[in-house]
Amino acid sequence: MSETVRPDTGSIEAVEAGLIGANYICNRQTATAIYLARNLRKPVLVEGPAGVGKTELARATAHYLDLPLIRMQCYEGLDESKALYEWKYGKQLLYTQILKDTYGASLRGIESISEALEKIGDFDDVFFSEQFLEARPLLAALRQENGAVLLVDEIDKSDQEFEAFLLEILSDFQVTIPEIGTISATVPPLVVLTSNDSRDLGDALKRRCLHLHIGYPDAKLEERIIEVRVPGVEGRLRAQIVAFVQKLRTFELKKLPSVSETIDWARALVLLHVTSLDADAVRDTLNVLLKYESDIESMKKHVNSILAAVN
Amino acid sequence: MLVEFLRAARRAGIAVSVAESIEAFSAVDLIGYEDRQTVKDALRLVIAKSDEERERFDECFERFFGIGNFESGADGLFDATLETSPVELLELLDSELARLLLDDDRAELVRRLHAAAAEIDLASVRLFTQTNQFARRILEAMGIEALDAAIARLRGSGEGEAQRLADFLELRRRAVAELARDLVERRLAASGGGEADRMHDEFLQDARLVNVDRRDLLRMRVLVRAIGRRLASRYGRTRTKAKRGHLDVRRTIRRSYSFDGVPFRTHWKRRKIEKPRIVLLCDVSGSCAPLAHFLLLFAYSLSEAFSDIRSFAFATSMIEVSEILETQTIDDAISQIMRTIGFQSSDYGRAFATFDQDFMDSIDRKTTVVVLGDGRTNYHDPRIDVMRRIYERSRRVVWLNPEHRVAWGMDDSEMLRYLPYTHVARVCNRLRHLEAVVTELVKSR
Repeated sequence: MSETVRPDTGSIEAVEAGLIGANYICNRQTATAIYLARNLRKPVLVEGPAGVGKTELARATAHYLDLPLIRMQCYEGLDESKALYEWKYGKQLLYTQILKDTYGASLRGIESISEALEKIGDFDDVFFSEQFLEARPLLAALRQENGAVLLVDEIDKSDQEFEAFLLEILSDFQVTIPEIGTISATVPPLVVLTSNDSRDLGDALKRRCLHLHIGYPDAKLEERIIEVRVPGVEGRLRAQIVAFVQKLRTFELKKLPSVSETIDWARALVLLHVTSLDADAVRDTLNVLLKYESDIESMKKHVNSILAAVN
Repeated sequence: MLVEFLRAARRAGIAVSVAESIEAFSAVDLIGYEDRQTVKDALRLVIAKSDEERERFDECFERFFGIGNFESGADGLFDATLETSPVELLELLDSELARLLLDDDRAELVRRLHAAAAEIDLASVRLFTQTNQFARRILEAMGIEALDAAIARLRGSGEGEAQRLADFLELRRRAVAELARDLVERRLAASGGGEADRMHDEFLQDARLVNVDRRDLLRMRVLVRAIGRRLASRYGRTRTKAKRGHLDVRRTIRRSYSFDGVPFRTHWKRRKIEKPRIVLLCDVSGSCAPLAHFLLLFAYSLSEAFSDIRSFAFATSMIEVSEILETQTIDDAISQIMRTIGFQSSDYGRAFATFDQDFMDSIDRKTTVVVLGDGRTNYHDPRIDVMRRIYERSRRVVWLNPEHRVAWGMDDSEMLRYLPYTHVARVCNRLRHLEAVVTELVKSR
């Protein structure tokens, strides 16, 4: 993508093609979501099981739109100072120490207190200027000149209070820093929020977002994904891999294998020079697909029957 | 049309705010009406906010925008054609609708149909018995009376040509009437379902747990779990409060010594918030059996919501069921517990004695003890002394009794004797009670 031509977001098809160009295969629903988000300037809230490509969607979108991706990982206890901005306290202290003599000298000879205060006030403004402002992800996203893709990852892990605070930014795309003033975005960033549904999000936040649910892909889509992400896999093996995983998802497991696991598995099989699925190869590599010991144990019994169904 | 759809969606139980309605409009403006799937995708992105709502949305969308709205349906009714178009007779047709029918412009016809539907406020249709009435009103809004008059005039003129034209118009008229009826029925289906569901849910919340029908069990289970989840998030919120607080001046200054007196690192006061520790005693004896299922169900959702919870089930004896509840699926857990000790006659004395011996350690100053049971001891020794010890050791004792207050203390109920050793005792035989009590549990810490 060249620097001068902005990527085309004029239609859903263009978005879909663009995402494919960024190595992200998606269904039409996902493309529609990005298209609407871009054109309505609404944040997208992406939900779905772990590993279906929620975060990847943001990354691919950034790549496709040729914008920087600014990522903010949420966790319990995340607050404004870590998400928005913070003063560079250390630098401020250091500078005051260094400049001690300078302003000591400039204050010399001043008689009245009010005059001294005025002088100090000048210094004050210097120390609370943009120079000493540490931009955290949210502020950084607002300050990008050409806009950015802001990824707020796992919003459900953050606190309720933080969610409320986020609302303010998402609706107006501006923040107020008391010492400096209001900073508003030149180009509003495209915001992607992801959630694993570990807690219910507030209604206010939900209302402001487009809701995209990405589930496990169907076999056709998954094959295309594997084709793009793991080029070394041959057609027949690919079909086998996908069919096997699809079958696996019908069992009751603690953690169902996701797209990312399928990709990892395909990579592992390529690395092991497996050209066709057989029971031994599957048993040896099952730990790539399943993340719980109990899942692996219970599935080992079924490997043969699944393989029979797949082939 | 979109407005009506949004209204139908709302009635189907999807919360659509005004802002979302505006959003929906601008989304559809952006993508146009051409592709049905795209419209559906876009609206779903804007409106539906959870899995449940997505499901309802799909259903509602299919019902509302049935195929008929995008292609003219009413199979076969429009097939008949008129070979000649007698120009001179058209003057007799003083009806716009009639001309429309002759022109065979179906798209326009469908558009008119929807316009008429909007005019008469079709979205307010609620009952099946209203179908005819609303269909009739749509037709009237479309100018069916003028059409009827035109047909009558044609018949009156008596010529063969005019008769044929009248026949043809009659046929078309029937087709339009059919379309109108179809529209009303679809709208009714789209808007009626949700309301009924919600009323049913409310009924279930109020119904006595014992009386709930077997087929409602599933629905009930969803409700109970929803309560559990709500509690979990509410509880999570209070826990995080510990992190906020005021500046601890003394500590900040103390720390500043290492930085040459500069308050380099601030220290904040922390409020210590204790996790609620819960010990749950659940009566699964024969007298409580119809309820036991729900009590266990509730215990199960509680153990999902709270991390520090120990559950015990008792009838004649007492066993710890925490592990069963935590490791197994809900059905397995309940049936296993019921198999093990359910349906025996209750002996609070023995059960409490077991508890005293084996599990008294689980109670300390921070523990809230919740007893779910009717307090009917079958005239055995109620072991009030154990209850008192529990009361003294614990922070709070909450007793939830499925029986009405009047029945407490009657026959073999020792509830009144247990009563002094509880902090709170409540009647609890409806879902609503259950929720209220547990909310209180979470709050009053």
